[in-house]
Amino acid sequence: MSELAIEREIDRTKMSVSDEVAIQITGMNKWYGQFHVLRDINLTVNRGERIVIAGPSGSGKSTMIRCLNALEEHQEGQIIVDGTELTSDLKNIDKIRSEVGMCFQHFNLFPHLTILENCTLAPIWVRKTAKKEAEELAMHFLEKVKIPEQAHKYPGMLSGGQQQRVAIARSLCMKPRIMLFDEPTSALDPEMIKEVLDTMIELAEEGMTMLCVTHEMGFARQVANRVIFMADGQIVEQNEPEEFFNNPQSERTQQFLSQILGH
Amino acid sequence: MTDQTTNSIAFVADGNIPQSPPPARETGAVKWIRANLFSSWGNSLLTIAAGLVIYMVLSGAVPWMWNGVWTTSSLSECREVLAGEVGACFSVLSERWNQLLFGFQYPSDQYWRPTLAFLLLFVAGAPVLFFDLPRKLLAFTAIYPFLAFYLIWGGTLMAPIVAFLGVAAAAFVFQTYGKGSFALGFFGAIIAAFAVWFVGGALIPEGASEEAMLQAVPSRDLGGFMLNLMLGVTCVSLSVPLGIALALGRQSNMPLIKWICIIFIEFVRGVPLITLLFVASVMLSYFFPPDSTVDLFLRVVIMITMFSAAYIAEVIRGGLAALPKGQYEAADSLGLDYPQAMRLIILPQALKISIPGIVNVAVGLFKDTTLVSVISMFDLVGMIRGPILASTEWAGVYWELLGAAALLFFVVCYGISQYSQWLERRLATDHH
Repeated sequence: MSELAIEREIDRTKMSVSDEVAIQITGMNKWYGQFHVLRDINLTVNRGERIVIAGPSGSGKSTMIRCLNALEEHQEGQIIVDGTELTSDLKNIDKIRSEVGMCFQHFNLFPHLTILENCTLAPIWVRKTAKKEAEELAMHFLEKVKIPEQAHKYPGMLSGGQQQRVAIARSLCMKPRIMLFDEPTSALDPEMIKEVLDTMIELAEEGMTMLCVTHEMGFARQVANRVIFMADGQIVEQNEPEEFFNNPQSERTQQFLSQILGH
Repeated sequence: MTDQTTNSIAFVADGNIPQSPPPARETGAVKWIRANLFSSWGNSLLTIAAGLVIYMVLSGAVPWMWNGVWTTSSLSECREVLAGEVGACFSVLSERWNQLLFGFQYPSDQYWRPTLAFLLLFVAGAPVLFFDLPRKLLAFTAIYPFLAFYLIWGGTLMAPIVAFLGVAAAAFVFQTYGKGSFALGFFGAIIAAFAVWFVGGALIPEGASEEAMLQAVPSRDLGGFMLNLMLGVTCVSLSVPLGIALALGRQSNMPLIKWICIIFIEFVRGVPLITLLFVASVMLSYFFPPDSTVDLFLRVVIMITMFSAAYIAEVIRGGLAALPKGQYEAADSLGLDYPQAMRLIILPQALKISIPGIVNVAVGLFKDTTLVSVISMFDLVGMIRGPILASTEWAGVYWELLGAAALLFFVVCYGISQYSQWLERRLATDHH
């Protein structure tokens, strides 16, 4: 996988981690039918942390972050997001979902709505923001991801990198306290990966709590404060990026790193 | 000719080459004919054969129509006028047009009423079909059903007003309580509507219809193409929302709702429409209280609506299944609740995919309204087969009558088809 060089100096002044707990997962297990996908996951994420989750495909990393906003149901254990426990109670689920932003591998923009409408939809309907105010907010975030001029186009007319940046802006319009990224750059051409990563770095610089499933090890090395390695449904190893890449402890991690960084 | 062909690589153009017309054989009609009709021996033969067939059809049909007689009062008179020549007897259309359009029992001095209702249908339908029009026009659409009912059936003005108040009460109850709990709003709305209808029905004095401003016309006096249009418009506009509800119900997580929808759809789809119509005309009265007289028109509307709703539900289910799972997930992850996600994200896309299928069902339904002629309702086909062909004057005038019926249906169905193609183009967002 590409070790993308991030040219500019990263501003770490705001990237401090507080003691406040944002996400707490205790003893989580999940099965698809008979298949045990997630095995005894325990994870505490503090506010302001930037966590990269890596691992071979099928290791359950996407499933794990999808459990955090109940896109997947867990069968055992406890997940507390932003002080609210995820249960089957729909009220809790909707509350958590409106606090947690998510970006998908395939962007999942709404193709029948313009870029601006994509961004204002949730603020208007979920937050009950006035339309004008929601549009101003949307333009603010579209400017932040550097595509305000596309506001009145439809998603189908944009490039993949632009679509993913719109997807990030759409999530930000809900003013989330936590952002989840599920392989945000895996479906993009190499030259578009950078524009999306740049946007993510800016978010990190503003102190957003982020969990990213990604194969971008350059991003992990420079932005993350913690890298988690998952294999076969469990957390195998986690460490600070420097230690994780230079001095991996488990054999499984060493094997994985040698495969993705080896060429 | 410049020197591009020599072996030297270097080349500089001497100047601009002036515009010149293309060769004559490559433009205009000549080129089109060569390319499309006579591009090869086989195609030339096919062109000639097709030309012969077209000539034979036209040489039969054109004199028949051209010599058509419009002014006689019976088929035998037509034959006298034509005196052995080939020619159509269109007189049946000019003499019986009112029966073809309105049936043979609708009072002829009241024809303006269904005609006005028909014209207003365009005003009411426009804001629904063309959503670029101002939304305020929808207010007229909302009262149109009651207005049209009053115009066509006449009688006391109280009946449509009470019906409207019942619906308005239901909408109000749903708006007020539906936000808190869908079930409370839904069932509360139904109870409110029936309460208003019951009380309102009791308040309408006995015999109010007799001295009404508009003469009351009972359902059995409706007929002709008017009946087809009424059934078609009513059933299509009722079966689309019902079909959406059934399609969503079939995907529901709640087993009771899911199974009710599956059983309904599979049962209704598995039964021929004609059977349902016989049930409507003969057997449905067994299910109502003995002294109630549920109108035959209403019974037929219920049956056709159920039938086409089951088909539309399956078409929409196809549209729902065609949406990527990511659309549901994106809607969920933004915190939209189920009704919002369906209304704002899922249904607009699923319905767009389903347009050709829904239009297919709608066109089929409209043509199937002619089946009511077998349960002795005098729709367009019923009028032709019954009163007109059975009369001594016009026995045997098949081509002219059925051709006219075909033309009427074709105009409407082609219109629907053109509208749906416009709609698909209008909703396309994938490129400019």
